Amino acid sequence: MDAQATQADAGRRRDAQTAPSVAFEPTIVAFVCNWCTYTAADLAGTSRMIQKPNLRLVRMMCTGMVDPKYVIKALLSGADAVLISGCHPGDCHYINGNYKARRRVKLLKEILPQFGVDTRRVRLTWVGASEGNEFAATVNSLVEEIRELGPIETRGLKAL
Amino acid sequence: MTTTAKLDVQDNNPVAALQELMRRMLERGGVGGVLTPVHLGRGTPMPTLVTDPAELALADPLAPAFPMNGAKMLARLTKGHSGERIAAVMRPCEIRAFIELAKLNQGSLDNVLLISVDCLGAYDNTHYLRFKGADDAIQTTLGFLGKVGGGKDTARDGYDLAGACLVCEHPVAAAADVSVGLVGLDLTAALPVMAETAKGEALLAALELEDWQPREDRAEALARLVERRTQERDAMIERTAEATGTLAGLAEYLAGCVNCLNCRVACPVCYCRECVFATDVFDHKPWQYMGWARQKGMLKMPTDTVFYHLTRMAHMSTACVGCGQCSNACPNDVPVMELFRTVATRTQKGFDYEPGRSMDDPPPLSVFKEKEFEDVVSHMA
Ligand code: SF4
Ligand code: SF4
Ligand code: FES
Repeated sequence: MDAQATQADAGRRRDAQTAPSVAFEPTIVAFVCNWCTYTAADLAGTSRMIQKPNLRLVRMMCTGMVDPKYVIKALLSGADAVLISGCHPGDCHYINGNYKARRRVKLLKEILPQFGVDTRRVRLTWVGASEGNEFAATVNSLVEEIRELGPIETRGLKAL
Repeated sequence: MTTTAKLDVQDNNPVAALQELMRRMLERGGVGGVLTPVHLGRGTPMPTLVTDPAELALADPLAPAFPMNGAKMLARLTKGHSGERIAAVMRPCEIRAFIELAKLNQGSLDNVLLISVDCLGAYDNTHYLRFKGADDAIQTTLGFLGKVGGGKDTARDGYDLAGACLVCEHPVAAAADVSVGLVGLDLTAALPVMAETAKGEALLAALELEDWQPREDRAEALARLVERRTQERDAMIERTAEATGTLAGLAEYLAGCVNCLNCRVACPVCYCRECVFATDVFDHKPWQYMGWARQKGMLKMPTDTVFYHLTRMAHMSTACVGCGQCSNACPNDVPVMELFRTVATRTQKGFDYEPGRSMDDPPPLSVFKEKEFEDVVSHMA
């Protein structure tokens, strides 16, 4: 064979080696509470903290507004994980929305594994308004965890 | 404190004995109406509110037919005031579902007496009509019952009781005011009528039935029945869990679903007044459908099938009483009950909740505590 073809082969092999990490970028949908985590996300941004760009942020007035169907719809639409983040216990501006969110997440973590969805794909955290650091760290660790876990099954499913 | 009264069976006809029990309720039990299945026309008994004892001739709470779960009907009859007390003579899964609705204020226990009859199961709609053929409806029921409650083989040529009934471990309802025993008993002699609450005691006293100490056959037979059905249930759950262990498996399982929503209409504990899936929230624009189709090269229509079922699981699975009406209502024979019971077992265990057991157990998603389920929250170091 000629040299050109060999070179092309080598190139393809190189691509194949580097492909996995380049190919999969997790997409994460985050439902965050306006009063705490959203403010923290803002703070992380304005403080120029390094954050992975994989998040699609949805601002809610409270985590108590996050109906399980939002989480389900996101996962079925190909989000590799969903982050729900709100005020620390006792700090919810609507008094108990975050406790309700916790029960709903508990519910989802009972339902989803039945269908092979890893429970790590639904993450609930409490991040206060001043905790820009925590927000950036949460996002970064979640992105890495999901990268290792790989893409969600729904990405490859044609009929749902 | 359980008082047991004796309901005599004449002419080997336990259906007539139950009609007599309901007649007494209307005539001297302080009850204005009885909600119970009545054969209207050609056969399948429908939940019917009877106020005139003369209309009880075709009442048949023992028919092996179950066209709908009557809990929602009873909810309609008890939400608000009629000024009169009624009695509901129903299956345990109807009473259990009604308790769930009452917890959500969609019905009320204030003016109702819940009479649960030991459940021997029922055929689904098409099989009941096959089972009955051209025979008289009440005679069909008597033929189904046989001499000993639960003693007869229910399997017929190519069919058996509805799948839900074969795996139901609740042949009695713990929340009833009065229970009527059948399981393991000689149905041609007498039936025990047991008061389970103070309201039930008062009713029994008014009915002027003879006090009775029946033999212990029922308890043993019930224990055996529950054990058998629990085994069947576990095997069913294992099969279903296996078939739906991935989202691809779930999609395949639901492949025949046409999003008609019959399963949620039939479900007694699907409590939303307006289901979001029956609104235009998920009617999308043509260009959206085109866009989604382009992402994967194709788009199954109708869309959102798996989404609908998963959302329903999230909304009501903690309240699923396993009545099987979802499967009964499905035009395409999707085994909905199996799927929902499989998931419900997980969610009910997760919240340590048994639907329909008692008004004292709040629905899991209606309450919360400050310190609980800490393990579902992630913390950064
Ligand atoms: S989901 Fe099906 S089995 Fe469960 S309560 Fe509703 S209709 Fe009955
Ligand atoms: S009744 Fe059957 S076809 Fe209709 S929505 Fe339910 S599962 Fe789908
Ligand atoms: S207001 Fe932040 S969680 Fe409720």
